[in-house]
Amino acid sequence: MRLSLAQPTVAKAYIVPSWVRYILIGIGFIIAWQLYVSYGGVNPLLVASPIATIQALITDTSNGQLPMATFNSLQNLAIGMAISIALGLALASLSTFFRFGRDILTVLTAVFSALPGIAILPLVMLWFGLTPTSIIVVVVQSALWPIATNTDTGFRTIGTTTRMVALNLGLSRFRIVRDVLLPAALPHILSGLRLAWAFGWRTVVAAELVFGIAGSAAGLGWYINNARYFLNTPPMFAALVVISLMGILVDGFFFWIERKTVIKWGMKLAH
Amino acid sequence: MGQQDIDPIVRVSHVYLDYVNGRNRGTTIIEDASFSIQHGEKFVIIGPSGCGKTTLLNAIAGFLKPYQGQILVKDEPINGPGPDRAVVFQNFEQLFAWRTVLGNIVYALQVTKHLSKHDAIERARSYLELVDVAAAADKYPHMLSGGMKQRAALARALALEPDILLMDEPFGALDAITRNQLQLELNDIWRRTGVTIVLVTHSIQEAVFLGHRVMVMSSSPAQIREIVDTSQADKFGSTTFTDISTHLRSLLIRDETAQERVAELSAVE
Repeated sequence: MRLSLAQPTVAKAYIVPSWVRYILIGIGFIIAWQLYVSYGGVNPLLVASPIATIQALITDTSNGQLPMATFNSLQNLAIGMAISIALGLALASLSTFFRFGRDILTVLTAVFSALPGIAILPLVMLWFGLTPTSIIVVVVQSALWPIATNTDTGFRTIGTTTRMVALNLGLSRFRIVRDVLLPAALPHILSGLRLAWAFGWRTVVAAELVFGIAGSAAGLGWYINNARYFLNTPPMFAALVVISLMGILVDGFFFWIERKTVIKWGMKLAH
Repeated sequence: MGQQDIDPIVRVSHVYLDYVNGRNRGTTIIEDASFSIQHGEKFVIIGPSGCGKTTLLNAIAGFLKPYQGQILVKDEPINGPGPDRAVVFQNFEQLFAWRTVLGNIVYALQVTKHLSKHDAIERARSYLELVDVAAAADKYPHMLSGGMKQRAALARALALEPDILLMDEPFGALDAITRNQLQLELNDIWRRTGVTIVLVTHSIQEAVFLGHRVMVMSSSPAQIREIVDTSQADKFGSTTFTDISTHLRSLLIRDETAQERVAELSAVE
C-alpha cells in the first residue's frame, strides 16, 4: 500500500519541467528574504530587502549607471579572455608539436596556475598604474592557464586513429590544428573556457574593488565600493544580483554552444 | 599464377621495422621482409595477433619508416603518408565526429583533390551509393552502427581514388553477418574499381576468400613464412578453399599438438 501511495508523487515531480522548479525555488528564497527583512528586526542599512534591491536595480538601470558598470567589467573581461584564448591555443599547439613547447607549458602551468590573479594585482598596479591594462593583465593570469591546460589535454587525448587519418589526408600543420585538433578537442576546450570565464569574472570584480575609483573604466566592483562609501546598501545588493545573473546567462550560453556542437556530434552526453 | 614481379606497384625489399615507444625502444618487429604487390592485386597479410602485420601496413602507408631496407611505391621511395595510399582502419572512430558522413568525404576531397564544393559533393554521393550508405549521408557518425561507419570510411577511402587501398582489419570488430556482407561487397567494389588492395586480417577464411595472394607472417620478430596463391579459392566450402585454408592454418600454427587440435576442430566443422 505504501508503495502505491509513493509512486504518484514520484511521477508528479517529473511533470513540472526543471526550469519551473528552479524558478519556484528562487521565488521561495526571495519571499523568505523579504519576510526576514520585514519582520526579522534587521537594520535596513545592513541588509536591503528584495523590494529595495529591485528599486535600486530599476533606478540605476534607467539612469545608466549599472549598465555602464556592467559593460565596463564585461569589456575588460572580454579583452582578457580574447588574449587568454589566443595565448592558450598557441601554447597548447606548441606543446603538441614540440617537446620543448610541452616542457615550457608544464613549467609555466606549475608555477602560475596556483597564483590567484588578484594576488599579483598590487604588483601589476605598480607596473601599469590604475588603468584598464592592469585589470586585463590579472584577468589573463586567471583565465590563461585553465584554457591552455585544458586545450593541451584535449589535443593530447585525441585518438591515434584520428591523427593518422589527418596524416593520411596529407593535411598541413595549420589544417591539422584548425580542422582536426580544435574540433576533436572541443569538449575539453569548452570546459577550459567555462572555467576561465568563471575565474576571470570573479577576478574582474575583485580587481575593480581594489581599484576603488578608476574614472572612465569604472566597473561593477567600483560600483559596489562606491555604494559602500555612501552606506547605500540596496545598490550593493543590486550589483550582486547583476553579477550572479551574468554568471547564469554565460553558463546558459556555454550550454547552448555545447548542444549545437559536442552534444550534437556525440562527443559529450547531454546533461 | 606467375604474376610475381610483372607489374609491381609496391616493392618491399629487406625491410626491418622496430617499435619505438617508451620501454620497447628498438625492439625489432619486422625482420628482413621482401615482397612485391602487383597492380590491381588483392594482397592479404595474415599472422598471429601482435606479430606486426599492422606495423608493416603502417610502413607502406608511410606512418613508420624502416630502419633498414626500402619500400618503393610506383618505383618511388615513399615520403610520409599521403592520400594516394588511402587507409581504412579497424577503429570505428576514424570518421571525424564533427562532420556528417557526407561532410567527411567532401572535406577529404576538398583538401586532397582541391575540388569545388559542388563537384566534391557529387563525387562523395556516388561513392556513398557504391558502398550503400547514401541513406546515412546527412547523419553524424555517432548515429551509425559499426558496419555503417566502416562502409562510410570505405567510401571516403575510395572517393580519394587512391593507387592503393590499405585496410587494417577493417571488418575485425564487426559481427559475423555484417562482416560476411562487407567481404562480398568489397569483392564487388574491387571488380568495379580494380583498385589495388592490401588487407591485414587475422581471419584465415577472410584471407582465402578475398585475397589473390596471402602472405603468412611468423611472430616476434615477424618474418615472411610463405606467400600463398589463393586466387583459385573464391568459393566458400569448395575443395580448393578448404585445402588452402588448411595449409594456411598449418603455417600459422607451428606447434604440433596445437595443429592436431586444430585438425580435430576443423574435422568437426
